[in-house]
Amino acid sequence: MPEKKIRVLIAKPGLDGHDRGAKVIARALRDDGMEVIYTGLRQTPQMIAEAALQEDVDVVGLSILSGAHNALVPQVLEKLKENGQDDVFVFLGGIIPERDIPGLLAEGVTKVYGPGTDTRVVCQDIRAALAERA
Amino acid sequence: MTDFSVEAVRKGDKLALSRVLSRVEADDEDGRAALDALFAFTGHAHKIGVTGAPGSGKSSLVNALAHYLRRTFPDSRVAIIAVDPTSPFTGGAILGDRVRMPDLQNDTGVFIRSMATRGALGGLAEATLALSQVFDAAGYDTVLIETVGAGQAEVDIVNLAHTTIVVDTPGMGDDIQTIKAGILEIADILVVNKAELPGADQTYRNLVSMIEMGYRGSGGINGGHHRLSEAPEAQTPDHAGWLPPVLRTTAITAQGIPELEQAIQRHRAYLKASGAWHTKESSAIQQTIDKLITDELIGNWKKKLPSGLYETTLQAVSARKMSPRAAARALLAYNS
Repeated sequence: MPEKKIRVLIAKPGLDGHDRGAKVIARALRDDGMEVIYTGLRQTPQMIAEAALQEDVDVVGLSILSGAHNALVPQVLEKLKENGQDDVFVFLGGIIPERDIPGLLAEGVTKVYGPGTDTRVVCQDIRAALAERA
Repeated sequence: MTDFSVEAVRKGDKLALSRVLSRVEADDEDGRAALDALFAFTGHAHKIGVTGAPGSGKSSLVNALAHYLRRTFPDSRVAIIAVDPTSPFTGGAILGDRVRMPDLQNDTGVFIRSMATRGALGGLAEATLALSQVFDAAGYDTVLIETVGAGQAEVDIVNLAHTTIVVDTPGMGDDIQTIKAGILEIADILVVNKAELPGADQTYRNLVSMIEMGYRGSGGINGGHHRLSEAPEAQTPDHAGWLPPVLRTTAITAQGIPELEQAIQRHRAYLKASGAWHTKESSAIQQTIDKLITDELIGNWKKKLPSGLYETTLQAVSARKMSPRAAARALLAYNS
């Protein structure tokens, strides 16, 4: 039997229209052998959680460049929980000030990545997180 | 350990449904058991395939069609299986069809599931049929199945769907393309999408004349272009055969979608009245059983082979010391 595929949802919540980073990471995860569901721009936390539910993903990757992470991320986490998907790992990438990171991690985000992150590190982190859960 | 129950799937629990879909797709023990238990509840959904070249607008058309169905029949529920290709090199995939389905993302009566082909050719994944059965058993009235961007020969959808829609667009080649065997042949309904673009009329005329060529002399049609496409209501359910209508749509503005939905309903009525619905179901079931038997036989037979023999035979063939047919005979001889 083939190994279980890792399924990742890449989503951009909120109103910023810059999805280059999200596409780069989607491509990198694909090249690492994962199945990446890409949902496009301007998603609400509700929409992201619903897509994660329907797609039965292991990981949700959020890309936020607008500065609204402190408002949006907890909402995504809460909706995931409401749907019974509190075992889904949430990774966050974008322009996130250092001082906000501890709070986001405390809320339940697994990792936060800034500009210039090596995509191989992200792939490794995802695999490590899932291996730990199993 | 199972993390879902068949009862929950039947009651509309989305988390249970989603997890069953994953297990069925993985074809593991729990998935097989769930599929066996759910099978009794299948046979109700109308399975509609949507296929066509990459970029022809399949996802947008599915979006517009599902949106229209939900507005027109608010009590009905729609499932969508969107298949995208797996990379043959890394095994990864980008499943991007949701991007084209913005109208459905806040609709609780629509369930979209993206699937990677995971190595299958033919335009679908190995488990697409099984997933459509799960949705059927879960009470979804319509299952829309969007194939990978198809070329000329990815025609597996025809074995799975009751109704197959082939999407064409302007500028995809001349009328020689329309008389080749393959994808156009499998259409129950032909759609010229992006009908606002230049060349759409030419594409439309090419398709209409292709259909006519196929039916002239077989008693299917007597009239010309107008008869075929502009008076589709002339098609009655008791018609001896089905004449694929050619429709024009612009999916992103939902132009032509009501007409498409009507054509789908007419095709469904035709299938039911002519008995073709039943024939399609039985042949799909037969294929499923045959495939399960084949897989089981090959699996069992491989288990009985002395370890290493398969590999050494393979090497012998690679080195041209043996032909593939001789190798197959030699390997099979071990079982008897």
